[in-house]
Amino acid sequence: MFAYYIQLGLRSLRRNPLLTALMVMAIGFGVAASMTTYSVFRATSNNPIPDKSSQLFVPLIDNWGPEDAAQNKGEPPEAISYTDAMGLMRGHRAKRQTALYPVGPSVIPADASLLPMREESYAVYADAFAMFDIPFLYGGGWQPADDDAHAATAVIGRKLNDKLFNGANSVGREINLDGRSYRITGVMDTWDPQPLFFDPVNTSGFGDPIQLFIPFTRAIDLKMATNGNNNCNKHAGEGWDAWIRSECVWIQYWAELPEQADAASYRDYLRGYAAEQQRSGRFHWAPNVRLYNVPQWLEHEKVVPQEAKVSLLVSLGFLLICLVNTVGLLLAKFMKRAPEIGVRRALGASRKEIYAQFLIEAGTVGLAGGLLGLLLTGVGVFGVTLVFAPDIARLATLNMSLIALTLLVAVLATVLAAFYPTWRAAQVQPAWQLKSN
Amino acid sequence: MLQIKPILAALKRHKAGTILIALQIALTLAIVCNALFIIQQRLDRIARPTGLIETNLLTLQNGWVGVDDKSTGPLVRADLQAIRQLPGVEDAIATNSYPLRGGGWSTGVRTNPDAKKSEAHTTQYFVDDHALATMGLKLIAGRNFRADEVTEVDPQGVVSASQIIVTKALADKMFPDGSGLGKVLFVDDGTKPSTIIGIVERLEVPWNSSWSDAFLDNAVLEPYQLTGGYTSYMVRSKPGQLAAITKSVPETLFKLNRMRVIPSERGVRTYDMVRAQAYKSDRGMAILMGVVCLVLLAITAAGIVGLTSFWVGQRRKQIGVRRALGATQRDILSYFMTENLLIGIAGVVIGALLAVGMNLWLVTQFEMARLSLLYVAIGVVALLLLGQGAVLAPAMRAARVPPVEATRSV
Repeated sequence: MFAYYIQLGLRSLRRNPLLTALMVMAIGFGVAASMTTYSVFRATSNNPIPDKSSQLFVPLIDNWGPEDAAQNKGEPPEAISYTDAMGLMRGHRAKRQTALYPVGPSVIPADASLLPMREESYAVYADAFAMFDIPFLYGGGWQPADDDAHAATAVIGRKLNDKLFNGANSVGREINLDGRSYRITGVMDTWDPQPLFFDPVNTSGFGDPIQLFIPFTRAIDLKMATNGNNNCNKHAGEGWDAWIRSECVWIQYWAELPEQADAASYRDYLRGYAAEQQRSGRFHWAPNVRLYNVPQWLEHEKVVPQEAKVSLLVSLGFLLICLVNTVGLLLAKFMKRAPEIGVRRALGASRKEIYAQFLIEAGTVGLAGGLLGLLLTGVGVFGVTLVFAPDIARLATLNMSLIALTLLVAVLATVLAAFYPTWRAAQVQPAWQLKSN
Repeated sequence: MLQIKPILAALKRHKAGTILIALQIALTLAIVCNALFIIQQRLDRIARPTGLIETNLLTLQNGWVGVDDKSTGPLVRADLQAIRQLPGVEDAIATNSYPLRGGGWSTGVRTNPDAKKSEAHTTQYFVDDHALATMGLKLIAGRNFRADEVTEVDPQGVVSASQIIVTKALADKMFPDGSGLGKVLFVDDGTKPSTIIGIVERLEVPWNSSWSDAFLDNAVLEPYQLTGGYTSYMVRSKPGQLAAITKSVPETLFKLNRMRVIPSERGVRTYDMVRAQAYKSDRGMAILMGVVCLVLLAITAAGIVGLTSFWVGQRRKQIGVRRALGATQRDILSYFMTENLLIGIAGVVIGALLAVGMNLWLVTQFEMARLSLLYVAIGVVALLLLGQGAVLAPAMRAARVPPVEATRSV
């Protein structure tokens, strides 16, 4: 019976070509618009590290005081000062922890015919590699002892390894950064978390994959200034030493706290740390600290672009209108066939069977709309490069799950829209229909 | 108009269809109003002038390699000298930033050094005496920097300069009576006074995101050349020479000194490219919303055509009876037009409320401006016209139903 109803449905698609075409187009456009914008939304609101997103935390400490915080709804600055980063590192209260900041050393290739280049680079502590689940192709991260020794070691990305060493295992070899030699301890496999959760402050969450890590302690020794934002609430004074002693904030800090109880006790620790700063006279205000896990931090930093949200909303509205439209057109289509329904009912078809037939027919319309929608979604995903910055647009792709979702939404939405028209069709009185004809 | 009563009576028998059309008109109005409004806002942003003469302007991002941050001063001077001597080059500067670049310096300004809070926010551009000519700024009062006023400073040791040039917007904000020239400002929280020696008509901040909208036209030019790992160059070409210098400037720089990085992406950009990239998402959003509006209107129109056609088909016999009883073709046509107008009016009333409600919600969620009622008015008129246009074809088909239809079938 099911197959027969599908056959009937397909046949009726051809019977009112105009109405059918209108419905298929409405569904196709509606689904395509929502799926295109959803693909961008999905990419930008992705959980970049699902297994650990509730175990990694960003601590924030208000070192500027309530007057500055008041301008930001009472929130502490979104980075911490060197003083506080060192204070937390010394505290060593988490299972793993790292301070980090973007740096901009130039890579000078050994091959003199190649020009120097700059890659996305960060200064981190040894814990970062295990904390962020960074995959390695060769070797691994440096050891905590290297942090303490302020060692000249480096971890490079696969892309950079391809450029410098033609993809060979370069562990133990040297890389020249700004004229200084660093020993490579590991080559990362492709690692491109999107959004780049560990530093949305400086990257807005979407950028090219990191290709170079060097020890934080080494970068500070070499007085490498941050390649990202540096915010000061007052003049830092002249020179490097004044800057790192100042209350300027420019460092991101991460702590790995596997259990909920760990997070709670870390929060207490932060409060205690701030209280101690108050007692020592550095802070003239009560402790104002925060501890955000990955999803909270991405939300706090508003990583999903406003364009993605607004256009997703508009597209959902669009889909809703298309569905209202489809309800109307299906109603017209089904009611046109009242005489036919009358005959079927008189010949013994139950209401249930009428329901089945018409819902399945609507399903075929939905499927046709979904196929058109798929085509249009393909065009739309291609077209998002128009709307979104290239680093975000590259994330929106038409993969299997999006294809399946497009078809599913189209069919489900149409069947949903068909409930009312089908109910009306099932209400047709056989006797009345037969008589009036 | 006499027909309204019978129309309402007839509509009561077609509740579902009536509600569906009205609902569709209402939702379409709500979305189209808000979409048009977003388009207008985006276009307004794109149209904001930077204050620069944007034609014949080239920008370069330069990073130094293997040089101590403090010792880049002579390298920048050598670069500038080489660029300025190139054929086709009108003038050039080294600067920390420029409008629409995205990153730059900002700080507070006050007239009283003891004031705890700054009175205005401003961006700082560190340039030399060639800036006005290179950027194409219009000096409306005072004078330019002199070459002997320009000094080299370390970015970590910047203390506000003794002589500064400010934008008219900033001067008027700090000295509302228009007497800014020659007055003293305190830039940053430093206690060192800076005298305003010149005022330029307009110069935007480097950012174009919403956070800087509050001080969009507040800029201070300071006669400093910053040392450090990064330098931005701006080069003005002679008319028609932009393409030529886009090639020759980076070539010359690499010939002069190979130990530098000029990124392959965004390293060398004409100002037209800078503008296009800075406003890419604004323009894209406007295009997207435009497409959505058009498709939406088309779908709504198609829906009205479909449903009205169905009604006409259903009522052929009644139409025939009316025609047989003396109604003219015009009467039938106006019946369907009026019917659609009534449904349309109901739809736009609900839609206008929805549009305003949707906007109020968007305002709370996305820092958007309040919807101007003009857009609602435009949307209302557009949708009523669209409805009338869409109903025209089925209504004309109805009007052509012959009176003899009344006698067909039992």
